[in-house]
Amino acid sequence: MKLYLKYFSIHLKSVFQYKTSFLLTAIGQFLVSFNVFLGVYFMFQRFNKVKGFTYSEILLCFSIVLIEFSLAECFARGFDTFSSVIGNGEFDRIMVRPRNEILQVLGSKIEFTRIGRMLQAVIMFVYGVGKSDVTWSMDKVLTVLFMIIGGTVVFTGVFVIYAAFCFFTIEGLEFMNIFTDGAREYGKYPISIYGKRVLQICTFLVPYALVQYYPLLYLLDKSHNRGYILLPLSACFFIIPCYLFWKWGIRHYKSTGS
Amino acid sequence: MNKYLSFFRLRFVNGLQYRAAALAGIATQFTWGALEILMFKAFYTVDPDAFPMAFPALVSYVWMQQAFLTLYMTWYLENEIFDSIRNGNIAYELCRPIGLYNMWFTRSMANRLSRAVLRCMPILIVAAFFPEPYGLSLPRDSKAFVWFLITMVLAFIVVVAFCMLVYIVTFYTISPMGVRMVAVAGVEFFSGAIIPLPFLPNNIQRIFELLPFASMQNVPLRTYTGDLSGRGLYIAILLQVIWSVILIITGKRLMAKALQKVVIQGG
Repeated sequence: MKLYLKYFSIHLKSVFQYKTSFLLTAIGQFLVSFNVFLGVYFMFQRFNKVKGFTYSEILLCFSIVLIEFSLAECFARGFDTFSSVIGNGEFDRIMVRPRNEILQVLGSKIEFTRIGRMLQAVIMFVYGVGKSDVTWSMDKVLTVLFMIIGGTVVFTGVFVIYAAFCFFTIEGLEFMNIFTDGAREYGKYPISIYGKRVLQICTFLVPYALVQYYPLLYLLDKSHNRGYILLPLSACFFIIPCYLFWKWGIRHYKSTGS
Repeated sequence: MNKYLSFFRLRFVNGLQYRAAALAGIATQFTWGALEILMFKAFYTVDPDAFPMAFPALVSYVWMQQAFLTLYMTWYLENEIFDSIRNGNIAYELCRPIGLYNMWFTRSMANRLSRAVLRCMPILIVAAFFPEPYGLSLPRDSKAFVWFLITMVLAFIVVVAFCMLVYIVTFYTISPMGVRMVAVAGVEFFSGAIIPLPFLPNNIQRIFELLPFASMQNVPLRTYTGDLSGRGLYIAILLQVIWSVILIITGKRLMAKALQKVVIQGG
């Protein structure tokens, strides 16, 4: 933990060395995800509801997913760009150090520029909260908090799987984008709108629905099942198979040399 | 002309080598297409009257968009070109007895086309066999199909000409990050990649349709689905021609200017 804080402070310092670049990239991040928001906005100019969800409710859903994703991308960026670490033989260096390799990969990159995306998500969230008529109580706040924690863990898990595949393929696999960028892009709407099949996949295979759809139902008073509050936390167990896969991948690691 | 053709062929064949990558890409695009369609379907069931296109037309729009993704996506830029500007390799290119603009133009075209060729067939064929409302439908008649081919080529030229501008601006800024991000973020929305332009409110749509970005994927995809025809189609084609001429001329001018005072970075 101490080591990670050390990594953290180093990255923070390096960010402050290039203030303008940091600022511009953050703004760029903001713009890129703003696109998706515009898409949602104009769809709701035309339709006022989708599967029983109103505009402000969709915004709540979208913003929470975006917060989760930006957090995961900010801290687990090392896994996202892992193919380059494998490709240039950097991983050999990580292996010979007497420290946990996951910690080192985590610490190798922290993307503070994701704050741009985060900011947008927070603005949307505040707007969504203001517009929707959710009566906030302790358990609702807890639900949001758990959703954010659970979602960040799930996305991190997906990044770990993505990285673990690199042990076998060297290159990053494009189809994994479905689970990272795809989940972010399409997570803007509650998963139920994509139909039952997709909901099942997102419940049992990769637990997106556990951190998005079910707790959202509770949050919006569409369901009174209190169990839904704790569902996002149970999604955290997803990280275990990811971790095992990673471990298994490491055993198969062959250096690329160079 | 000959040298550009052979250059085109080289790049094209080179691009065809990446078959495994294409396979992974196809899987991704299928999922994206399917989710996109399911999403629109959810909106459609809410209020079919507010839906600006026929539902099967929208489905075809999405599938065609996925199949020809690499032809029309502006974010599909070549890192090699950016790198050559940044690390000074551009010097080698300038030594060659060819026009840099034309060469990069053919190169971008070849790269995009080879990837599209690898990807489009499987997507088109499988999508055509999907059950009724979710499948790709054929264009209304052969005339519509011919128009589609014409607009497709024109749109392709507009996209490549636009990307050339992005490359050329990098001569001035050196770091491609900023330009890239703005180009990607803006164009995606304006060209109808996020949601098809007919979904926008009418007056906004009318303005957007005049912009060069609407001359990209918007026109061929909507021609194919029969959403765009008759007078609207002719105007769109005229705009496509005008924009491709303007973009190419601006690109050539800007490049000539940039090359006059180009700084070779490093050695």
